[in-house]
Amino acid sequence: MNRFNYVRPQSLAEALGAGSAPGAAFLAGGTNLLDLMKLGLAAPATLVDLARLPDLSAVETLASGAVRIGALVKNADLAHDKTFAAAFPAVAEALLSGASPQLRNAATVGGNILQRTRCPYFFDREAACNKRTPGSGCDAGGGETRTQAVLGWSTACTATHPSDFCVPLTALDAVVEIAGPDGLREMPLETLHRLPGDTPHVETALSEGEIILAVRLPGEAGQFAPRSRYLKVRDRTSYAFALVSAAAALVIKDGKITDVRLCLGGVAAKPWRAREAEAVLVGARPDAERFRAAAEAALSDARPVGGNGFKIELAKRVASRALLMAATGTPDRVPALPASPFSSRVHDGARV
Amino acid sequence: MTGAAFSPLSLQLKDGIGDGDRRGRAACRDASHFRREVTTALEFAIDVTVNGEPRRVVLDDPRVTLLDLLRERLHLTGAKKGCDRGQCGACTVIVNGRRINACLALALSQDGADILTIEGVASNDALSPVQAAFLAHDALQCGFCTPGQIMSAIGLLKEGQAGCDPERVREGMSGNLCRCGAYAGITEAVLSVSAPVAPPAEDARP
Repeated sequence: MNRFNYVRPQSLAEALGAGSAPGAAFLAGGTNLLDLMKLGLAAPATLVDLARLPDLSAVETLASGAVRIGALVKNADLAHDKTFAAAFPAVAEALLSGASPQLRNAATVGGNILQRTRCPYFFDREAACNKRTPGSGCDAGGGETRTQAVLGWSTACTATHPSDFCVPLTALDAVVEIAGPDGLREMPLETLHRLPGDTPHVETALSEGEIILAVRLPGEAGQFAPRSRYLKVRDRTSYAFALVSAAAALVIKDGKITDVRLCLGGVAAKPWRAREAEAVLVGARPDAERFRAAAEAALSDARPVGGNGFKIELAKRVASRALLMAATGTPDRVPALPASPFSSRVHDGARV
Repeated sequence: MTGAAFSPLSLQLKDGIGDGDRRGRAACRDASHFRREVTTALEFAIDVTVNGEPRRVVLDDPRVTLLDLLRERLHLTGAKKGCDRGQCGACTVIVNGRRINACLALALSQDGADILTIEGVASNDALSPVQAAFLAHDALQCGFCTPGQIMSAIGLLKEGQAGCDPERVREGMSGNLCRCGAYAGITEAVLSVSAPVAPPAEDARP
């Protein structure tokens, strides 16, 4: 780890000031950044520790009905906030399917959104990686591609965004509130993360020195509470990043789907909102055949990288199954744990 | 840059998203002032409470993690450095009532924190209930991961999310790896402590 200056601002103004210094990086929970620093993949000249900033640790309902989640709220606290989890069960389920309890106790909302890819070639400093060293090439293409993207990738980069949390947030039209040296702004979470194109090192639409203050879920997102699920498929039952995941949310009236959201995780450099699939479903009857058709639409542009074509079929199955689970209804308690080889209740529908 | 363009402050004022934004606007205006005021120190003193005892530690290097602070500066070597990357859980300690990976926390960030390590869980000569349960259920072989497992189990019981459901206990302990494979005993040990205290109706529900 490189030696760095450490500052602990007491106000947002101080933080923005310190963050504008060349080579400054913002530290929140530290669960991603400190790891990257130990590996030499991040080498900030100054660490600006945001953890003590006031006013960024609340979950509040605004007059508009929107719910505003402060950027410093811990992943575990948000997931176990009973009011929040009841209103946005798929978000709570996604949070609790990510990382480990220890990490969720430290990791923050803002940090989760801004976490870096877990592409093994990004982490291997001996490998060529356009994201780590722009212009150096990408060794993933001819290598191990199990965790690489199948949507929205480029020849320059096939890395995926690893967040679970961002998947249902994007499905529910979350908005990110941002402060920077030049003022405040906000943008849909869906536009925060960039697809790689020719510049995979530019991962988000944030400018230097900007801080995420909060994430806001619109009040309308609450209508999905009775039928919202997050399904994550990974190489082990717990504590692993998604191979493929899906957030699905439905409103069903008189036997027909009147509103629907579908977003995929683990398949692209950003949470992949599947609007084509949503279009297939609005006005339709909620049945397995139509859900499969929607999943086909969601993956219609998918292309494999090396040997990861299995992820395309897997994503279709995960998407249609998540829709089926959402149609069945949100279980009494989330997360309903994923199927486990040790489970005595593998046939329990609430557990997938 | 791509994505949404910066909105002028005057436009933001119309949105009225909440109090946080009014504070944010003021902060943005003041940022250039603070840019000059923030300075960095060469030495940092932090005050922490470790296993009930107040400690003042002077650090000459900001890179020290909480794990290195405990092991190398305070000579509390119960918390182990397994992977040093937050993947194995051997460094688990409880900070302000929450279990975390000490390897992924800067010591400097812990100023004012109340820290509990494996060295602080027994009272006098009496093992804590979780320690005793680990012995009773053979929840270890080589013992390297055990301090982290026990601290994690104490954290899990405190969180009250797993109750008497073995699957939720396994999920709740998944941040701690055991290369000897003592998982069955670990699950039994945690269940043996959680069963008598768990509120059955709520927490035992699948």
